[in-house]
Amino acid sequence: MDVEVIKSYLPNFIKAFFLTIKIGWIGIALAFIIGIVCAFILYFKVPVFSGFVKGYVELFRNTPLLVQLFFIYYGLPAIGVKIPAELCGILGLGLLGGSYMAESFRSGLEAVPVIQTESALSLGMTRRQLFIYVILPQAFSISVPAIVANIIFLLKETSVFSAISLMDLMFTAKDYIGLYYNTFESLFLLVIFYIVMLLPVSFAGSIIERKCSF
Amino acid sequence: MDEILKIEHLNKKFDDLTVLEDISLEVKKGEVVVVVGPSGCGKSTFLRCINGLETIQDGKILLDGETVNPPLGNIKNYREKIGMVFQSYDLFPHKTIIENLMLAPLKVQKRNKVEVRKEAEELLEKVGLSSKKDNYPRQLSGGQKQRVAIVRALIMHPEVLLFDEVTAALDPEMVREVLDVIMELARQNRTMLIVTHEMAFAKAVADRVIFMDGGVIVEDTDPKSFFENPATERAKKFLSTFEYNE
Repeated sequence: MDVEVIKSYLPNFIKAFFLTIKIGWIGIALAFIIGIVCAFILYFKVPVFSGFVKGYVELFRNTPLLVQLFFIYYGLPAIGVKIPAELCGILGLGLLGGSYMAESFRSGLEAVPVIQTESALSLGMTRRQLFIYVILPQAFSISVPAIVANIIFLLKETSVFSAISLMDLMFTAKDYIGLYYNTFESLFLLVIFYIVMLLPVSFAGSIIERKCSF
Repeated sequence: MDEILKIEHLNKKFDDLTVLEDISLEVKKGEVVVVVGPSGCGKSTFLRCINGLETIQDGKILLDGETVNPPLGNIKNYREKIGMVFQSYDLFPHKTIIENLMLAPLKVQKRNKVEVRKEAEELLEKVGLSSKKDNYPRQLSGGQKQRVAIVRALIMHPEVLLFDEVTAALDPEMVREVLDVIMELARQNRTMLIVTHEMAFAKAVADRVIFMDGGVIVEDTDPKSFFENPATERAKKFLSTFEYNE
């Protein structure tokens, strides 16, 4: 392993690292919002909308992110919709993650025992109060482990962004390998940067899981 | 005259299955009515109909002369006045004991926080659980949780209290502490409907015993006559299941 090579690659890897983090977390935030909205629609069985949500969830959970990105990046321009690569990455990740988050939130909501609803109602709470003070906090706690797992999964999925020419970590590593054949140094840096990105999330995740359990 | 709760010709069905048939009952203020009967006779469903957790197909339930079920207007106003304690420990697991007690008075009744906290602490003191106020439900035993659940109903100042087999899920050694709390409430002349399988307790606490079987009221009498001299064969048979003679 050549330390000099690593040193010279470092600046571009750091740039790629921040780009990956940026797109990854914006995508996850989007996934979060989509997931919550969809889970509410499913939980309250909102007519018409819940049909759409079910279709959306199945579509995105059962197709690979790479295929989704190709479709958004290369497919849509054919019908005149051109989206820049970064936005494509965010959209792809958000839509994929949204379908997973929706399922996690929904199962959390449905896992709150019926007796909780009944005791809240028997205390005179309205449906709204019941949802805000009783169902939602419990559902969130139940969902936390699944949400943390989703976040880690989504951050790892960012490695396919290179396929739509985003200069993320994977792209940078492949680029260096292609240019200079320093396979080991490039892949070493790639692994290190992914671990640096994900390890804190795993740690924070288990702390949050512990704090949120009751 | 002074009846607080009135049930008129109540009929309840789950699809085609009739669970309650032509139930009529009047409960006076301060009366303790114990409902007994074999499993599946409809006694729990009957309680659940009273605070509107179940819809009814026919008949009327009135509290203070106003219809509760079928619901006219806002059922939640009536539910405030009807406290209910369930068989399974139903405390809110994400809230501490004191938060469990304060949630409904603050949000539903919009009462003053200082006053509610004071009352919650006093009530906890009465059931011997002051030291647990900042604990979470999971840190309490089943008996302690049920005592908190009773206090959570009491703090709403209900006019009627419903107890749905509140000791059925408890370990035997914890039954007593819960029954003692209910007994104390009876001494305070609270109006209560109690579904229970604890016959000795039923005999001690009841002003009146309702024996249900197959969705109908079979006997409606005072505890002494019911336990010592039941009028019907069904009641005799039911009571004999609690005896254990070699």
